[in-house]
This record gives sequence, C-alpha cells and structure tokens, in this order.
Amino acid sequence: MVKELLILLIGSSLVSNVVLSQFLGLCPFLGVSRNTKTAAGMGVAVIFVITLASLVAGAIYTYILTPLDVTYMQTIVFILVIAALVQFVEMVLKKFIPSLYKALGVYLPLITTNCAVLGVALTNVQKSYGILTGVVNGFATAVGFTVSIVVLAGLREKMEYNDIPESFKGMPIVLLTAGLMAIAFCGFSGLL
Amino acid sequence: MSEIKDRLVNGIVKENPTFVLALGMCPTLAVTTSAVNGLGMGLTTMVVLALSNAIISALRKVIPDRVRIPAFIVVIASFVTIMQFILQGFIPSLYAALGIYIPLIVVNCIILGRAESYASKSPVIPSLFDGIGMGLGFTAALTIIGGVRELLGAGEVFGIRVMPASFEPIRIFIMAPGAFFVLAMLTAGQNKLKAVLSARGRDVSKIGSGCSSDVDCANCAENASCAHKFIDTDAVPGESLEEGAKRREAEDKEGE
Repeated sequence: MVKELLILLIGSSLVSNVVLSQFLGLCPFLGVSRNTKTAAGMGVAVIFVITLASLVAGAIYTYILTPLDVTYMQTIVFILVIAALVQFVEMVLKKFIPSLYKALGVYLPLITTNCAVLGVALTNVQKSYGILTGVVNGFATAVGFTVSIVVLAGLREKMEYNDIPESFKGMPIVLLTAGLMAIAFCGFSGLL
Repeated sequence: MSEIKDRLVNGIVKENPTFVLALGMCPTLAVTTSAVNGLGMGLTTMVVLALSNAIISALRKVIPDRVRIPAFIVVIASFVTIMQFILQGFIPSLYAALGIYIPLIVVNCIILGRAESYASKSPVIPSLFDGIGMGLGFTAALTIIGGVRELLGAGEVFGIRVMPASFEPIRIFIMAPGAFFVLAMLTAGQNKLKAVLSARGRDVSKIGSGCSSDVDCANCAENASCAHKFIDTDAVPGESLEEGAKRREAEDKEGE
C-alpha cells in the first residue's frame, strides 16, 4: 500500500506533470510566474486547495453521489463544491489564521478558476481511486504544479536581462521556455 | 438576418477566440495532437457554447446579478454533462481520445466569457448565433493547429498520409512539448501582426487580449479581473490582485 502510494506520488508530481504534460492550470502557470516568491506563494496555496478539494470531492462522491446512484452529476457537483470550498477556506483563514490568510489570501480567488482543481477531482473518479489514494494523488499533482511554476519563475527572472527578439517578448518566450521544461520533464518517465 | 451573419463573422474572423482573443488555451494545447481531435473538441465546445448562450440569454432577466456566475456555471455544466453522454454513446473513439478534457469544457473561459460579456445582455437568437460563430471560430482554430501538429509530427492530416515516404516525422510535435512550441509561434505571430497593424494606425486592442482586459494571460497576475469575477461580482476591472485585496479589506473595516 505504502509502496503504491509512493509510486503515485512520484508519478503524479513529476512523470505526468499536471502543467507540462496535461496542460491543466496553465493560466496561473503563465500568469503568476513573474518572480519566485509569488510563484512559491501560489504553489503553496494550490497544494492547500487541491489536497482539500480532493478530500471533499472524494467524500461527496463516495458517500453521497454513489449511494444515491447519481454519479453522472459529478461535473456539476464538483465545480460548485470547489467554488464554495475556496470561498469557505478564504473566510476560515481570514477569521482564524490571519497570518496564513495574509500569505495566501490574494492567490485564493485565482484558484477557483484553476482547471487543475476540477481536473484532479475528475481524474480521481475516472481512475476509481479511493479517498486516501485520491488525496495523495491531489497532493502529488499540486506539488508537481508548485515545482514547475517555481522553476519557470526562476528562469523568467534570469530572462529579464536577455536580449529577446521583439515578437517573442512576453508570452511567446515563456511558452518556449515551458516547452523546453516539458522536454526536460519527459526525462522523468524513466523513473517508473 | 444581417445581425445573425454579423455574429457569425465576428466569431469566426474578427474576434476568433483562439487566434485573436487568445482564450481557452488549456484545451487548445491539450487536444490538438491531431486534426480529428481538434475538430471533435471544437464541435463539442460549439454545441455547449451555443446552447448555454441561448439558455443564459433566455434567463437573463430571471437570474439575480449577485449569483449570476454560479448560475451560468450550472447551465454550462449541465450541457457539458449532456454532451459527455452523447459522445460516450455515439462516438466512443472520440470520447476516449478527449478523455478528461470533455468535462473540463466547464472551465473553458470562452464559454463563461461569452455568457458574461454577450449572452447575459442580448436577446436569444443573436446569443445563439454568437455561440455558433465563436464555436466555429474555435473549431477552425483547433482543427488548423491540430492539422499542423499532425502534419509535422506524423506526416499525416486527418489520418491520411500526405508527406512523402522519405519524410521522417518530427515526433516531438505530437508530444506535450510540441504543443508549447506551436503556441509560442502562434503568439509570436500575433505580436508581429499587432506591431505591423499598429504601425499602420489600426486598432489592435482586441488582439491577444483574452479575458476582455488589455493584457494577455502571461500578464494576468497583475490583472486578474476575470478570476475576481467568480467570487467578487463588484470587482473593478483592471485592478491588481493586491489592490483588490486592499480594497476589500478597507471595505470590511468600514463595514465594522
């Protein structure tokens, strides 16, 4: 069991990286990668939300949708649950852990629209993971997101000083960098 | 009649969601490994977009303003679920190829963007055709991108071999990194076009300006007006994340 979870952890975070091989969560990946500090903040917020969302979505699927035999409602239920969850987390953090709210607060609204959160919840159901496996998968996916966004932010900080052709300034050069990172991440497929 | 034609031309050419507005990049990258997949994804999105536009437009006077985004999402998610069943039942090969990206049409920002910026303010028929026009524009873009990737990566288009036998397929183009490279070239082309057109004094404010703001996705951290809209219906367009947080904090204090 532990071995399987460990393999899942590596597989979901590095081998089939959520951004670089599945293209989920692309908007924050491109948008919030100007500097490493904000990128890391976004990463931590994503880990927090995706892990929690996997738990809640998994529980709802197992204990509500399956017994009632309405699993076809999953897409509608998951998207609403995630949106409500992010709002709820924001309110709880604001009230009880202001220091954490200060660090993560600005990133939380961005995460509602992050397709990686819905993507993980749906993948967990599609691969019929149990709740524990689903949470581990969610955590690993989010760690993969954090690793790639921090690395991209580091590269972008260096690129500030480079002489880039006029047409490639902005998004094109970032996408090229992401493509090269995707090639590098292909190398991890030898791990498993 | 002219209004319908105008809506179609607008979606396919003038405000093409992929080539001009640069919206919906996740599916653009993920499913364009071949022309057929691009076409299938585009048409599926078009059906969802047209029908949800029509329903949202019909309900626009019933839906209260403060809860409009959740209401839109429920409408969109319902149509996505219906399309998922139709594909699963009638085109299982496409259903298998698109996989998780079918339910993820829910979070495609083109659909919510059209609901918010057009359907919620316009009558039913123009909204329906706005959805069809935008959907056809998206379909055309995905099919073209998929065709180029398939041609370079496999030497085929729609599964028919077009390259000579001596052509060695550049496999990277149908793998994940190729998607990033193709999109990089596309956006570089947009930038070039923008520079050329603005030198001629044409209005280029729409090009590459997804999310109806004047920045592209790469600059969105400073200008996340679209993300605010989900929870904060009174978000000020163009304000940065930090500004928004500060403003809300100040408002909370005033409230106390």
